[in-house]
Amino acid sequence: MDDLKHTALFDLHVELGARMVPFAGYAMPVQYPLGVMKEHQHTRDAAGLFDVSHMGQVILSGASWDAVARAFEALVPMDVLGLEDGRQRYGFFTNDAGGIEDDLMFARRGADLFVVVNAACKDADIARMKAALEPDVTVTPLTDRALIAVQGPAAAGVIAAMDSRAGNMAFMDVRDLNLDGVPVWASRSGYTGEDGFEISLPEDQAEALTRTLLAQDGVAAIGLGARDSLRLEAGLCLYGHDIDAGTTPVEGALTWAIQKLRRAGGDRAGGFPGADIVLGQMTDGATRKRVGLLPEGRAPMREGTEVFDAAEGGTLVGQVTSGGFGPTVGTPVAMGYVDAGSAKIGTSLWGEVRGKRLPLTVAKLPFVAANFKR
Amino acid sequence: MKFTEEHEWLREEDGEMVVGITIHAAEQLGDVVFVELPEEGTVVSKDDEVVVIESVKAASDILAPVDGEITEVNSALADNPSLVNEDPQGDAWFFKMKISDPSQLDEFMDEAGYQKFIG
Repeated sequence: MDDLKHTALFDLHVELGARMVPFAGYAMPVQYPLGVMKEHQHTRDAAGLFDVSHMGQVILSGASWDAVARAFEALVPMDVLGLEDGRQRYGFFTNDAGGIEDDLMFARRGADLFVVVNAACKDADIARMKAALEPDVTVTPLTDRALIAVQGPAAAGVIAAMDSRAGNMAFMDVRDLNLDGVPVWASRSGYTGEDGFEISLPEDQAEALTRTLLAQDGVAAIGLGARDSLRLEAGLCLYGHDIDAGTTPVEGALTWAIQKLRRAGGDRAGGFPGADIVLGQMTDGATRKRVGLLPEGRAPMREGTEVFDAAEGGTLVGQVTSGGFGPTVGTPVAMGYVDAGSAKIGTSLWGEVRGKRLPLTVAKLPFVAANFKR
Repeated sequence: MKFTEEHEWLREEDGEMVVGITIHAAEQLGDVVFVELPEEGTVVSKDDEVVVIESVKAASDILAPVDGEITEVNSALADNPSLVNEDPQGDAWFFKMKISDPSQLDEFMDEAGYQKFIG
C-alpha cells in the first residue's frame, strides 16, 4: 500500500474506519464499518457521499468555445458544439477500430470544456488530448482539485440547504455553487441511478467540506463496494469491464450517447476515430451486444462467467462482464455480452458457475429505475 | 469449541462435530448473499472444498476441517444467507460431520489460541 497515491480525503477515510484497498494506483475506501449492503441501501434511502478524487479532471481551453468544441469532436462521437453553457454530457473516446478508449463526462464552462475521465485511464487520456489538440487547444489537468459525489434522494435537500441555487438544477446541469464558504463546480449527475451531485472543489478545502456534509442528516460515507453494486443495478458501465478498447459503442449498447448529427446523414457525421466502423454497425448491427442478465437462483454470476444457450451442451453465446448481488433488487444481477441472436429481452440462457449451468434471463437495464431530477 | 487456521470452528454435539466459520471470518467476508451446502451423506477428506460462500465482494470456499462424512447440513442458510453475519458461531453452523480420525482434532486451537492467532 506504500506506493499508492492518496486523495485529499485519505486521512478522513482512515479516521472513519474505512477498509482501504488499491484502486487504479490509489488507496481508496472499499467500505466503511457500515458494510457494503447497508451502504448501498443507505444511498438508495437517504444520501451517500463518495470520494472520487482519483478520477481525472481536465480543462480544455482555446480561442473560443467553437474552437474547443470542434477540436474535441475529433476525439468523441458526441455533439460537443451544441452543448449549452452550464450543461454536461456523457461521452467516450474511440479508437481507429471503433473501440472505446475511455468513457467520460464533459461540461461546458463558458468557453472552456471541463472533462472528467476514469482514474485508470487518465494519463493516457491526457496524452491523447494533448497529442490531438495542442497547440490550438490547451489541455490542463487539474491536479489540485478533489471530486466528491453526494447521491441519493436526500442529496438535493442537503446541497440546496447550503446553496439554494442547487435546488433548480436539472439532471446534467452544471453550476458554480458556494457550499459552506467553499466555491465548487457542481453537476447534477452521478453513477448510482439516484438523483445527486458530483462536486469538484479545491483539494485544500475538501476535507473540511466533506466533514460538514457528513454531519448533515442522512449523509453517510460510502465506499467503492457499494458504488459498484449501485451502478450495476443502474445498468451503468464500468470501464475496463463492461466496455473497453475492444468493444464498440454499438456492441456496448451506448448509441444513445451518439447524437443524431454525428450519425450517418447528420450535419457533422463521423469525423471521430473509428467512425466508419461505429456508423457501419449502427446501420448493419453488431454481432454481439451488452445486455442485462438476471440469474434465476441465488448464486451470483461474477465477471467472467460463461453464458450458454442450453442447460447441457449447446453453444457458448457470451460472458458476464459485471455481476454480483443487487441489494435493492434482492437477487443477483449481472450484465455482459451475448451474441446478437441471444440478446432479445426475455431470452433464457444459462451461466456456468463452478461447473454447473444455472438459468438466467436476458433482462432490461437498468435493474432499478433511475431516480433523476428531470 | 476448537478453531482452525482456516477460521472455522468445531463443536462436539452428540458424538458429531458441528462446523461453522468464526465471527472474525464473517466480519472479513462482509455481507453474505449465498451459501451452497454439500449433500448429506457425502464422504469428505480434510481440505476438500465442501461449502461455497459468497459475500457481496467475492466467493470463498469452506474446507472440510477433518476426514469424515457429512451427516446434516443447515438448510436455513440457503434461504437466509445473512444468518452467517448475524450469528456465525451459533445458528449459522454449516454442517455436522461424523469424523474418521479424532487425532486430527489435536492440531486445532482453543478459543484463547485462536484469538492470539488472529491478533
